[in-house]
Amino acid sequence: MSATHGGYYVPHGSHWPILGSIGLTTLLVGFASLLNGASGATMLMGIGVLITLVMLFGWFGTVINESLKGMYNDQVDRSFRWGMSWFIFSEVMFFAAFFGALFYARIYSVPWLAGEDVSTNQHLWPNFDADSAAWPTNGPAALGGEFSVLDPWKIPALNTLLLLSSGVTITLAHWALKKGNRGALVGWMVATVALGLTFLGFQVYEYIEAYGEHHNLTLGSGIYGSTFFMLTGFHGFHVTLGAIMLAVITIRCAKGHFSHDNHFAFEAVAWYWHFVDVVWLGLFIFVYLV
Amino acid sequence: MSTATTHDTHHAEHQSGLLRWVFTTNHKDIGTLYLLFSLLMFFVGGAMAMVIRAELFQPGMQVVDPMFFNQMTTMHALIMIFGAVMPAFVGLANWLIPMMIGAPDMALPRMNNWSFWILPFAFAMLLSTLLMAGGAPAGGWTMYPPLVLQTGDAFPFLIFSVHLMGISSIMGAINVVVTIVNMRAPGMTLMKMPLFVWTWLITAYLLIAVMPVLAGAVTMLLTDKFFDTSFFNAAGGGDPVMFQHIFWFFGHPEVYILILPAFGIVSQIIPTFARKPLFGYSSMVYATASIAFLSFIVWAHHMFTVGMPLTGELFFMYATMLIAVPTGVKVFNWVSTMWRGSMTFETPMLFALGFVVMFTIGGFSGLMLAIAPVDFQYHDTYFVVAHFHYVLVTGAIFAIMAAAYYWLPKWTGHMYNETLGKWHFWLSTLFVNVLFFPQHFLGLAGMPRRIPDYSVQFAEFNMISSLGGFAYGLTQLLFVYIVFQTIRGGAKATDQVWEGAKGLEWTLPSPPPYHSFETAPQIK
Repeated sequence: MSATHGGYYVPHGSHWPILGSIGLTTLLVGFASLLNGASGATMLMGIGVLITLVMLFGWFGTVINESLKGMYNDQVDRSFRWGMSWFIFSEVMFFAAFFGALFYARIYSVPWLAGEDVSTNQHLWPNFDADSAAWPTNGPAALGGEFSVLDPWKIPALNTLLLLSSGVTITLAHWALKKGNRGALVGWMVATVALGLTFLGFQVYEYIEAYGEHHNLTLGSGIYGSTFFMLTGFHGFHVTLGAIMLAVITIRCAKGHFSHDNHFAFEAVAWYWHFVDVVWLGLFIFVYLV
Repeated sequence: MSTATTHDTHHAEHQSGLLRWVFTTNHKDIGTLYLLFSLLMFFVGGAMAMVIRAELFQPGMQVVDPMFFNQMTTMHALIMIFGAVMPAFVGLANWLIPMMIGAPDMALPRMNNWSFWILPFAFAMLLSTLLMAGGAPAGGWTMYPPLVLQTGDAFPFLIFSVHLMGISSIMGAINVVVTIVNMRAPGMTLMKMPLFVWTWLITAYLLIAVMPVLAGAVTMLLTDKFFDTSFFNAAGGGDPVMFQHIFWFFGHPEVYILILPAFGIVSQIIPTFARKPLFGYSSMVYATASIAFLSFIVWAHHMFTVGMPLTGELFFMYATMLIAVPTGVKVFNWVSTMWRGSMTFETPMLFALGFVVMFTIGGFSGLMLAIAPVDFQYHDTYFVVAHFHYVLVTGAIFAIMAAAYYWLPKWTGHMYNETLGKWHFWLSTLFVNVLFFPQHFLGLAGMPRRIPDYSVQFAEFNMISSLGGFAYGLTQLLFVYIVFQTIRGGAKATDQVWEGAKGLEWTLPSPPPYHSFETAPQIK
């Protein structure tokens, strides 16, 4: 088979996947050992992270090189697009599990405990009434002690504005890319990364505030603390990943890797960024506001 | 659409030795790896089943202690579901989908390698828990809190191995979807696709939708145990029942992930040996899609006795019963395909027919379990065990066996030993019924599942069941012998292999070239 240009590219053998398996397994065995209190676990985790990073750099590097050499035709490009879309869908379902937990707690389990289900209330927590069960609650045993929630109209509202603006700036970057204006493209990308990082900075600040004496809101603050930190935490983790991806893409934009009709990587990251944006809107409404 | 394939010219066609299998990006190599891994796990999980049946051979405690018994039931399920049945289907998808749709390979070959090569690591992690302080997970494969939170050192390893299996499944499923939507040969329209491709497309969608939910559920278990959260703790306003809801939102679609590809296999095999086209092709597609849709709205029928509001019981009961409609469409279509066909009964056809009859028995017992007031009696008894083993062993596993016999000549270029194949079928069918049929009676009489000891009134049926179990287990060694004999040699298979076989994979030589369709075929 000759290397016909314009055909579907099928790579022959790759050592990156097995390295990825070794990296991930080392990382997870290390983490599990750490949770079990074994010695040397942190070291193992570190090695796992290192191997995984090498794999990511190597794998993406290989793909970028192949892309620059023009080995991918339109059909390969479509495969990537479908792949990324379904990956984002799987991420949506991951968040759906935690949103599901939030809604279940608010609509069912807390009201049931508080007496909507009489026998549950009588047998388990007869003193837990509708007043003490009003959301936000840390449950009938008031786990984690008294706490107060964060004001949604301060940092969270600001953060909403930041993320929404970053959705605009990345679109402006996309337009610049399509027009072939590299200066504006890089400028808007840097702005997007900056907005993402500012969001993360505010999130960190807010977590410190929450854990402080004034709010005393922690992961241990019953079901409210659990859902609050799990949802915002996983979202923050995804924003971090997104920001790293954006930074890489910004560098690639500056190097001139993309043309007006061939920039899948840019669009993939833009889709991902819009996805974390939309998840945040869900968080802002259902975790902070209502 | 382009019609040619390019390859990385820097490498030789094949890497030699073991590393070929580690680095491979070829759909056939990866398919083979999946299938052999699944066979290995089938025997690991099977060995655990033998321990269970040995303990249950007589009332009283004789072979293992109760804690180890519980580890066996838990690990047997996890290994058979995630290690044996799912990888077997993904292996078949890898081998067959590119050949069936006229593609050179899977759409994302490197990721294909990774989805396989995560599995050996995930199962090494899971199996290593047998040696840990506190033993392997013993709270059941459903991992219900608060019981599962009492697991010893194995706990985080259980959670992380489930995460890894999820990552593998999601990547595999994305690859299947992308291959089917983007890699079809010109003229291969959606409604011309073989049924196996259709059922896998829908299965892949289910996988992408629910594996992340399982990941979320087990992550909450992890944080409840180690990071102070109270998702499943009523003291903090959470609810252990919430875990069951989230788990079964994954778990019920998972049940169809384990059976839809089997429907596809049987829909390929029956027309071949009845020498008639599949009856009601489009209704098969719609039935599969309907089953997939319904699978998302029936989950709580696994939890009828947990204390749900009456409206919940009713909704989930009726929604569950609705599934019998599209499933009935399928069974009637298979029967109608055979009607006045020119039938022959080679081994794959025997397994496919065994599937139709015995899967239907499992379907009917499922319908009985769907009736909420009746389920109050059946819940967590051996009736449930009998039900899901009929759909999973005589259903999924029989279909996988049928597929192995049907396509083995295509894969290896050799015919398997037909006499031995028939022996394998008849012994399996006899013993699997000796094994599982009496469990219906045990369950109806009230014997609970997942308990190592039982009241003496259950002794006879348990002994019969155990004897059937040992014999069924031994019979599977015959399958291994047949497969390896076929790989090593045997009568030369023709390209078409079966007189009535239709479809693109039968136009390729047996065995097919390393890259299936380098130039896409034209479908009329």
